[in-house]
Amino acid sequence: MSAAVKPGLVADSVKDAAIAALLVAVLGFFFFALRTDIGTGGLDLTYRWGLWFIAIAIAFGGRLLLNLFVFKTAKPITGGMSISIPEGVKSGIGRVLGPVLLLIALTLPFIVMAVYPDRDRQFIDLAILIMTYVMLGWGLNIVVGLAGLLDLGYVAFYAVGAYSFALLAQYFQIGFWTALPLAGLLAAVWGIILGYPVLRLRGDYLAIVTLAFGEIIRVVLLNWYEFTGGPDGISGIPKPSFFGLDFSRTGGFAEFFGLDYDSIHRFIYLYYIILILALITNFVTLRLRKLPIGRAWEALREDEIACRSLGINTTNTKLTAFSIGAMFGGLAGSFFATRQGFISPESFTFLESAIILAIVVLGGLGSQIGVVIASVVMIGGIEILRNLGFLKEIFGPDFEPTQYRMLIFGLAMVLIMVWKPRGIISSRNPSAVYKERKKISSDMVAQGEGH
Amino acid sequence: MENAMKTPPAQTWDDNVVLSVEHLTMRFGGLIAVNDLSFNVGRGDITALIGPNGAGKTTVFNCVTGFYKPTEGRIVMRHGAGLQADKIEALTRTGRQFNDDGDDRVFLLERMPDFEISKRAKVARTFQNIRLFGGMTALENLLVAQHNPLMLASSMTIGGIFNLPGYRKARAEAIDFAAYWLEKTGLIDRADDPAADLPYGDQRRLEIARAMCTKPHLLCLDEPAAGLNPRESTELNNLLQYIRKDHGTSILLIEHDMGVVMEISDHVVVLDYGQKISDGTADQVKNDPKVISAYLGVDEDEVAAVEESIDMPVIHGKTKPAENGEGGQS
Repeated sequence: MSAAVKPGLVADSVKDAAIAALLVAVLGFFFFALRTDIGTGGLDLTYRWGLWFIAIAIAFGGRLLLNLFVFKTAKPITGGMSISIPEGVKSGIGRVLGPVLLLIALTLPFIVMAVYPDRDRQFIDLAILIMTYVMLGWGLNIVVGLAGLLDLGYVAFYAVGAYSFALLAQYFQIGFWTALPLAGLLAAVWGIILGYPVLRLRGDYLAIVTLAFGEIIRVVLLNWYEFTGGPDGISGIPKPSFFGLDFSRTGGFAEFFGLDYDSIHRFIYLYYIILILALITNFVTLRLRKLPIGRAWEALREDEIACRSLGINTTNTKLTAFSIGAMFGGLAGSFFATRQGFISPESFTFLESAIILAIVVLGGLGSQIGVVIASVVMIGGIEILRNLGFLKEIFGPDFEPTQYRMLIFGLAMVLIMVWKPRGIISSRNPSAVYKERKKISSDMVAQGEGH
Repeated sequence: MENAMKTPPAQTWDDNVVLSVEHLTMRFGGLIAVNDLSFNVGRGDITALIGPNGAGKTTVFNCVTGFYKPTEGRIVMRHGAGLQADKIEALTRTGRQFNDDGDDRVFLLERMPDFEISKRAKVARTFQNIRLFGGMTALENLLVAQHNPLMLASSMTIGGIFNLPGYRKARAEAIDFAAYWLEKTGLIDRADDPAADLPYGDQRRLEIARAMCTKPHLLCLDEPAAGLNPRESTELNNLLQYIRKDHGTSILLIEHDMGVVMEISDHVVVLDYGQKISDGTADQVKNDPKVISAYLGVDEDEVAAVEESIDMPVIHGKTKPAENGEGGQS
């Protein structure tokens, strides 16, 4: 190694590591060195100097090693770690990935039942949850990924869809299949109502106003006690029927088809409902992208002024994106209501909006398959944490992995942003081809920050 | 140049007018950017709007294309031949934006929102700083420009989702039309490349092709030759001549490159401090003492003195630095 060491490398590295250690010392003083517990007659203060010094030493040592071997050296040892997949293989994977994922999705309940017969309900339920987020991600992708309108209040339409169905069922005894299109329609109308005043704003301003609208919907649901039940929520939301057949013990689906009653039937049915809804969302989005309206959305994301100079009514174009995105959010919402059987404003907090937006951004703006990967990783990842029993054997019985999910979330986001700032799938597929289809690198594609 | 000599004193652009700007005033707070400006753009002409930096040229453009609402004045776009003065007066009194006269419509542009001006009045424009859709291919850029006819053909998207034959046909025609303009601008080999990937000169031509895909009656170009090398400038001249001759599209352009202006313009309007100081053929304008003084930054009587000492005052591309240097202080 000595040959590669530049003069001053060690001195530089030590200086840099010392600064890092100092920062840890200052910040860690209150977290590591001092600990307060509620004691008799006030707070008990305990000092943990050992822990504090260990943290400082780790920061110093780690930073020093990184400096010496990665950051400041001429030949970083991580140089060989970036995998370069040849272009041919890459496009091959890209072509195969979609159909393979679709095949897996179509047969998933049966795979799960065959592989994990004793935990099949749990896993199918998880698959339903992931698929709901896939659908929400695809819906939001129209607004954020294609039209470039940063919407931080998408969960409002999810809530409108869920409450539409719940209230229609409560007051008019309307079943799931009748309520589903109505919920979609109502969410789309709400999209237009909310969109009309706010869509003249751009970028950050739009984000803040949509955030506020999302909260307004939730607060109204919370406080309009006579109508929505407020914080008590609405329970007893009907389950979907299969062409009039309920999934009940007697006289239902199982009896009609001569099967033994098993509660798993309903889970499988719910899974296929959300799968079909999600696939419709995907199909419509892919079709719309190739139509003039979809191209206008993308043009709007690229340059709004140029759009207007070409005779495109930008207000209407934005409204269509907003309301179609809202419609899919609403459909997903009414599915959520029927799956849970109970909804309350608790389920529609800003955190939901943030998770859906994170799925879209991490997946790569405008990329359909990226959304799938991101939701499987993010939603599935949290659930996997619950099932890591072996960690308890290592860290002791008090260790609860789910407590660290936000930490892991944050770490994953930082890593993605460093490694792939434009999301997992970061190339754009042109919507029309003259001779040869070429992928467009994301460096050229605008993100809709508003020009 | 010979054409200009033959032009009779009664100017053709006052008889067959496609666009007339009448008493246009644009104020930004206390600043008067354009002051009581009137001029005509002749049908089938190439009209140049020139003037020193800050003279208000781009403001006029933005008023014509609806990006600014003028403080005062009337901007009339005619699709039919002739002055149609009675019709325009009647329309002005009604408060409507345009009349329903089949193909011979007149439009009051100052009343219309920007996208309607492109969609209905058929006035297309390009921008000083190129505004292409960088992440979309050259072909996609030209398809976006055909948005309105394609929307109709896809029956507002519903027919398009089911891929009905009517939409398929319209889509194929739109791609053919885009390919035609890519061919004309020499960009056909780059049809599937993202617009941001093209060299600067190609981007300028692509923006013109995109504007032409809206099938305009009047094409407004904001400094189309800026940043082009001499060869590209010549190609641009040929392209503009072709557009005017083979498509009958009238052209209004802002340009600093006097080589381009003098070579291709039938009619030149000179602005300084938001006011028209000269209006005529390229030769007339070139020899107008007011124009020379505006460009060289000297008083008119000084110009007269200078003119006596040197025989022929010439404004060419070479004098451009003067316009940047002293034009603002005179």
